[in-house]
Amino acid sequence: MEIDPFIFRLSIFILSIFVGYYVVWSVTPSLHTPLMSVTNAISSVIIVGAIIAALAGDNIKIFEVSNIFGFLAIILAAINIFGGFLVTQRMLAMYKKKKKDK
Amino acid sequence: MTANILAIFYLISGVLFILALRGLSSPETSRRGNFFGIIGMAIAVSVTILSVGNFSTGFLYLIVFLLVGGSIGAFIAFKIPMTAMPELVAGFHSLVGLAAVFVAISAFLNPEVFGLGTVGSIKIASLIEMSLGASIGAITFTGSIIAFLKLRGIMSGSPITFWGQHYLNLLLGLSLVGLIYYLCVTQSNNLFWTIIAISFLVGILLIVPIGGADMPVVISMLNSYSGWAAAGIGFTLENSALIITGALVGSSGAILSYIMCKGMNRSFFNVILGGWGATEESNKSSSKEQKPVKSGNSDDAAFLMKNASSVIIVPGYGMAVAQAQHALREMVDALKKNGVKVTYAIHPVAGRMPGHMNVLLAEANVPYDEVFELEEINNDFANCDVAYVIGANDVTNPVAKSDPQSPIYGMPILDVEKSKSVLFVKRSLSPGYAGIDNDLFYRDNTLMLFADAKKMTEDIIKSL
Repeated sequence: MEIDPFIFRLSIFILSIFVGYYVVWSVTPSLHTPLMSVTNAISSVIIVGAIIAALAGDNIKIFEVSNIFGFLAIILAAINIFGGFLVTQRMLAMYKKKKKDK
Repeated sequence: MTANILAIFYLISGVLFILALRGLSSPETSRRGNFFGIIGMAIAVSVTILSVGNFSTGFLYLIVFLLVGGSIGAFIAFKIPMTAMPELVAGFHSLVGLAAVFVAISAFLNPEVFGLGTVGSIKIASLIEMSLGASIGAITFTGSIIAFLKLRGIMSGSPITFWGQHYLNLLLGLSLVGLIYYLCVTQSNNLFWTIIAISFLVGILLIVPIGGADMPVVISMLNSYSGWAAAGIGFTLENSALIITGALVGSSGAILSYIMCKGMNRSFFNVILGGWGATEESNKSSSKEQKPVKSGNSDDAAFLMKNASSVIIVPGYGMAVAQAQHALREMVDALKKNGVKVTYAIHPVAGRMPGHMNVLLAEANVPYDEVFELEEINNDFANCDVAYVIGANDVTNPVAKSDPQSPIYGMPILDVEKSKSVLFVKRSLSPGYAGIDNDLFYRDNTLMLFADAKKMTEDIIKSL
């Protein structure tokens, strides 16, 4: 008897929810804003779907509707990836410890 | 590249994303965590491009679009002022939602590329997954747009409610389920478009009735939705990186929503179903307005704080509006020179998004080990000489502990009233978001400082 690959993906999904649950509870409340911006950046990994859709078929097919939607999704996801990671970096760089000489 | 090797790389990306979130458990490890996230993203993008292996015209376009999107994103990231973080995050969520919708549309129109069957006979499981992904993505998109407009002040922050709102939402929600069922039966294009259109509408209707100060819950909730949308698409594309990330982001947003609701002692549904009942409370507060209030000026405040041995600062949304964080830091520096011990107390729902106040204080170079959360610092108010409340209101209202009739009864508050004296910077005596009067204004140990938060703080610096 063979197991449907869907069940494997479902297992990954459920286990990741648990991982997410425990990891996010350990995030310090003062970093909740960077948490939101970084989760925003990583959820843009949806760009992999956009790339596959955009590059589908040969050169003539690039301007088919489904490819165009792929390209549009690439722009949106790219804004998020760069914007999300960079703004997180910018925020995290501001968090400093107390200096002794103060 | 074989499918198996590809899957291994996606798994590595997924693990790196987990490490990115894990890094946020402390500010020291957070920067390394963000770096892991970037590596994970770079791996996922490059192996996907390699696996498609199409390096012709399309590839050129891909690079161009990546660079265009990337530079827009980078430009925004460097230019955005820290006070605008809530609307930025809402705006970013809308983009993730829309990207999910677009990818789902591509997959629906051209299922062969993703190995989901052919047009008109797409696998039922894939159809369910992609329509769910598209639907949640569409809700995230319009919902985040509304949240963005409200946070930006383009749209009024007050709740918009109308009769039968919840029934309409319920009806639309049920019709979505029905439509997805019929889509699986008929594989009709029109049904797919209808599902997306209705989801856009649901997104608007869901967020419209929620008021400005409930935005921390809304943003977290939309964060969660964007994750579930990504996971839905991940199932469609059979991509483990996307499934792992979707689950992480989904649960992260859900936990943040929970923390925010707990910070207000309200249930999630209470927040989602619309604004606080301000109408019934308004007559109650009118009777109280006759009470005497002690008000002072910057010299009084400076005198009080200079002679105190410990001061606790309580920032709120008003500080963000007035951009007073830098002035506040300067004031604290001046106090420290006088040997005053200064700490900051932050309520979980202060500001318009989780952690909003912390970021603003960090921007103003306040060391993060001087900033404390509600549970850590609440006992210290009893031993503190002066509490300086700047831009906060409802989160300090003692009514939440004493009056079971009050709408905010049971909400955890900062015990500001226990400190020897309270300096309350506020423009007027008007009630806060919850529409109720703050008992604290009329206490003997409270000195009201009627002014703009930034201007008052600057005046105090001069007087010090």
